Order: sequence, then C-alpha cells, then structure tokens
Amino acid sequence: MKLRANLVIGGSLFALAIIVGLLAPWLAHTDPVMDANLMNAEEPPSWTWWFGTDGQGRDIYSRVLYGARVSLTVGIVSQLINSVIGVALGLSAGYFGGWWDDVVNALTNLMLAIPSLIFALAIMAVLGPGLTSLLIALGLTNWSFTCRLARASALSLRNQGYVQAATVLGYGDLRIMVTQLLPNMLGPIVVIGTLGMGSAVLSEAALSFLGLGVRPPFPSWGSMLSEARDQITTAPWLSLFPGLAIFLTVLGLNLLGDGLRDILDPHSRSRRT
Amino acid sequence: MTGVPLIEVENLRIDLDDGSRRVAAAEGVSFRISRGETFGLVGESGCGKSITALALIGLLRSPLSIGGGVIRFEGREIQRLSAAGQRELRGNRIAMIFQEPMTALNPVSPVGRQIAEMFVLHKGKSWREANQLAVESLASVRVPAPERRVNDYPHQLSGGMRQRVMIAIALACGPDLLIADEPTTALDVTVQAEIIELMRNLCAERGTAILMISHDLGLVANVCRRVAVMYAGRIVEERGSADIFRAPSHPYTQGLVDSLPRLGSRAALGRVRLKEIAGVVPAITGFPDGCRFNPRCAQATDICRTAAPETDLLEAGGFVRCHHHA
Ligand SMILES: Nc1ncnc2c1ncn2[C@@H]1O[C@H](COP(=O)(O)OP(=O)(O)OP(=O)(O)O)[C@@H](O)[C@H]1O
Ligand code: SF4
Ligand SMILES: [Mg+2]
Repeated sequence: MKLRANLVIGGSLFALAIIVGLLAPWLAHTDPVMDANLMNAEEPPSWTWWFGTDGQGRDIYSRVLYGARVSLTVGIVSQLINSVIGVALGLSAGYFGGWWDDVVNALTNLMLAIPSLIFALAIMAVLGPGLTSLLIALGLTNWSFTCRLARASALSLRNQGYVQAATVLGYGDLRIMVTQLLPNMLGPIVVIGTLGMGSAVLSEAALSFLGLGVRPPFPSWGSMLSEARDQITTAPWLSLFPGLAIFLTVLGLNLLGDGLRDILDPHSRSRRT
Repeated sequence: MTGVPLIEVENLRIDLDDGSRRVAAAEGVSFRISRGETFGLVGESGCGKSITALALIGLLRSPLSIGGGVIRFEGREIQRLSAAGQRELRGNRIAMIFQEPMTALNPVSPVGRQIAEMFVLHKGKSWREANQLAVESLASVRVPAPERRVNDYPHQLSGGMRQRVMIAIALACGPDLLIADEPTTALDVTVQAEIIELMRNLCAERGTAILMISHDLGLVANVCRRVAVMYAGRIVEERGSADIFRAPSHPYTQGLVDSLPRLGSRAALGRVRLKEIAGVVPAITGFPDGCRFNPRCAQATDICRTAAPETDLLEAGGFVRCHHHA
C-alpha cells in the first residue's frame, strides 16, 4: 500500500496544478495583470484576499493560479523536448554502437560537464527572455540523463531474444528501435521524464527569478518570487504562496515519479500475471 | 533434385575472430535443400549448427564472419545481396524459429500485433487487414479462440502456446524455407511432440522446406527426409534418414545411433540427449589435426591423425567423411 501512497499523493498534486492552470480564468477572483489597485496594496491574507495582495494591489491568489500556466507549460513542454532528444540519441547510440555511439557519448559528457542551468542561461542570453526562449533553453539542456538511460537500456535490450528474432524476421533498424526497444524501455524513461519536469519547473522559477523568464507583468511563480524578494520581511505572503506552489508541484512530480517507478518496474510487472 | 535447389551451400567456411587470430568455427560445409524438402542438421553442442543457420540468412555478426564458400537462395548468392535485399528474404522467404519461446516474443506487445506486423512489413498490408490475417494465422496454428488470443501478451500464454505463436509469425508470409533451431528443447515432452507435428503438417501443406537443427538424431530423423551430422564444424555424414539409422557409416554417427533407444521406442520423441560417446567435443581453438573425431574414435589409425578425410560419396546416396568408413 505504501507503493500506492506516493503515486496517489503525487498524482493528485500534479493533477491539482494542471486543473488550477486550466481553470484559472474561472477560479481566479480578479484579472492577474489588469486589476491593480493601489488602494489595496500589500494587504495580508484575509477572507477577501486569500493570499494577500502585492505592492500594486494585485490579488496574489489569482496570480498564483495563472502562474501555474507558465510553470506547467515550461515543465511539460521542455521535458518532452528533452525526452525526445534523449531517447532519439541514446536509443540509436546503444543500438548502433560504433562511431555514432562515441559521438553521442562525447555530447552527453559535455552536457553533463556543464551545469544545465548555466547552459540554459547562456541560451537565454542569446535568445532573449520570453516563454519560447525558456522552452528552447530548458528543452535543449536537460536530456543527458534520459540519453544515458536510453543508451544503457538499448545496450541490454538489443541482446534480448525478441530483438534478435525481429532481425531474423526481416525488421529494419528503425522498426526494431521503435517496436522492440522503445516500448520496453518506456517505463524508466517516463519516470525520469516526470522527475525532469519537476526540475524544469524549478529551472523556470530560477530563470524567471533572474528576470530571464516570462516578462512581467504576466505572472509566473518564478517572476512573482523575484518581484517579492525586497518585501520578504515586510510582506512575506508575496513569496510564501508562489514558493509553496513551486514546492508542492515539484514535490508532487517527484512523488509521482517514484510511484511510477514502483509500478513500472519490470519485476513488479511480472507479478501481475 | 532437378532444377535450381531452393538453398545451396557450397564449401562454406565460418571464421571466428578471437581478437588475435581467425579460427574456422565451421568449414567445408556443403548441402542443398530442394523446395518442400525436410533436411536435418544434427550434432553436439557447439559444433556449429546455429552459426551455419545464421550464415544462411546473412546474420553472422562480428566476431563471426563468412570466410569462404557460397550460399545461394534460388540460385542467387546471398552474400552478394544488398542489406535491403537480404532483409527482404528474412521473415518473408526464409523464416526461423528458436529454442526459446519465452524470450523470442516482445513482452510488451500483444501477440496478434506481432503476427500482424509481418503482413505490414513484408506484404504491404494495412493494419486493418493485417490484424484480420493475424487471427487467421493464430487459428492455423490451432490456438483456441484466436480472435480473443490476439490481444494477449506473451506472459499470458503457456510455453507451448508461445511456440505456436512463433510458428504463426514465422509462417505468416508463407516462406519457402523454415529454419527451426532446437524449436522444442525448452518444452516438455508431450508439448514437444505436438509442436513438431504441427510444424511438420503446416509446412507439408504449404510446401515449405524445413531445415531442422537439433542435438537429437531421433527427433530430426523423424521429421526430416535427409540428415546431415555435424562434428566440430564439419559435416561428417549426410544421408537419407532411414539409411542413417539402418547403416550409419561414420564412427561418430554410429555412436549417435547406438546411444538412441531402439527404433521401436523412438515414439518417445526427443527425450534422449546424445551424450554417451566417450570423450569431449574439442574446443573450437584446439581442433585436432587430421580427422577432428580421432581422439574419440575407436577406429582411428595414423592417417586419421595427420590427414583430414575427404568426402566419399556413398552408393545409396549421400556422403561420409572418414578414412575407414563402413
Ligand atoms: N557470437 C559468438 N562469439 C564467439 N563465438 C561464438 C559465437 N557464436 C558461436 N560461437 C562459437 O561457435 C561455435 C559454434 O556455435 P553454434 O552456436 O553454431 O553451436 P551449436 O551447434 O548451435 O550448439 P548448440 O547445440 O549448443 O546450440 C561454438 O564453439 C561457439 O562457441
Ligand atoms: S577418419 Fe579416422 S578418426 Fe576420423 S572417424 Fe574415420 S576412422 Fe575415426
Ligand atoms: Mg545452437
């Protein structure tokens, strides 16, 4: 039952974040950008202002809801890009071996040697701030673990009887990779992907905190934290709620990843029969 | 044997590169299989049966390679075909089933899909048609309730059922040759007999030739019209199955036949392993000079230790490779 607990809690937190992001227009009390009113500036949390208001009188609750959109878009889309790159490179490297494997290995080592956030920063510096740049920067810099994993899986899977049987039956290389190797390594790839989404959410926050993310006034959790940093002692709710949102989302993704690992583990799968 | 044989192996040599040097894992291997014929390849573990089969379908991979000789499929040299040309033969014209039905199926794909993939791949069918054909294929290998079974994953099937699925996959495209490499050793005796019977009947109906590979002379002779006995990388005797039992010519074959239960009790298909010949199979890197069987042969003389015997054609058909054959 313990196996299920992390899956349920993690899945619920992640689902909650997605629902919140999708339904933000209906759940929010005010428009996150337009409804500034200096009369209500820096109100602490109350029945009217659930999460309080910021220095311009904007409702933090509404801004956190809308902020989920940026964080999740960046988390999901950039991790998908990473997964596709990592799987394509790692799977083909492990399957073909030879010089291609050497090239991919060198590239992976390079990526591992440079902290991905620094690399993303460099890309952002070139592309300029904004959502698209964020997606590209984070999508291109965090595939090395997926790549390693896909390569290692392909190396062991290619000696499996069914992969050799497929060769004997006339399957081409691409067909073998797609039908025989990929489905059999999907479990761990999904787990890594889920965990990677969590770290992408964090990276988005970090980059937005540094002013490289989505441009204010549109809210993202990272940029909200960034704007709140001067008032951390006078108006702590400004940083508390976006911080909590980041924390819960990343926690949820990590729990979800762990839970998926438990059920996608091949040993527990064979127990199902 | 008129016209072009289906498959023709001439003086095949398979090299094993162990890093520092090349040794011949098999050499001087020659045989022909005609359309619809059943041919057996028998010998102890490690004598080179599987690598010969792999050579036939162009799938020897480093450290193994073809070191000489010719393999022709319908008169076309397999080594000369492009990679795509070879791939088109595999699964389509030449199919193969293996010893291990447990691992030869993709665990995360429904068996019906794995059969259907053959029609999509080799016959250009749509997935809709292919799925329909997959049900028919499953029915043809006598899997009960095939329209439901197509959705099963391999782990939901018994070993015998899985081997039936393998046969369905292998025969899906109506190949001209089915290579069966120890197709039943992993199964228990009654299931073995059923599977062999099924394979033989299906191939006979469709005119598919069989190359059957096994340790078990009794089993092979039961299925195949002709048998080649392999020892340490060479074919030492090739005869009609009946002849080989009645009058084995090579001392090694004689040992094999003697180690089998008498003909009457051969119904117990494939229960007996051929192990009773004294001595051990020489290692691939240390084949003895002359006749490779000489350290274990009771009839060996000086010439056997220095000169490798040539093939002697036998009057009744077939050949033997021994200086002092019967
Ligand atoms: N990939 C490989 N690398 C190195 N040596 C190999 C390889 N495959 C086969 N060999 C060697 O080639 C020889 C013949 O092997 P092969 O698999 O053809 O034997 P076999 O007759 O099929 O035996 P078995 O009955 O055990 O299947 C053996 O000595 C084996 O060790
Ligand atoms: S050639 Fe000599 S050693 Fe070899 S099988 Fe014949 S008699 Fe025995
Ligand atoms: Mg073998």
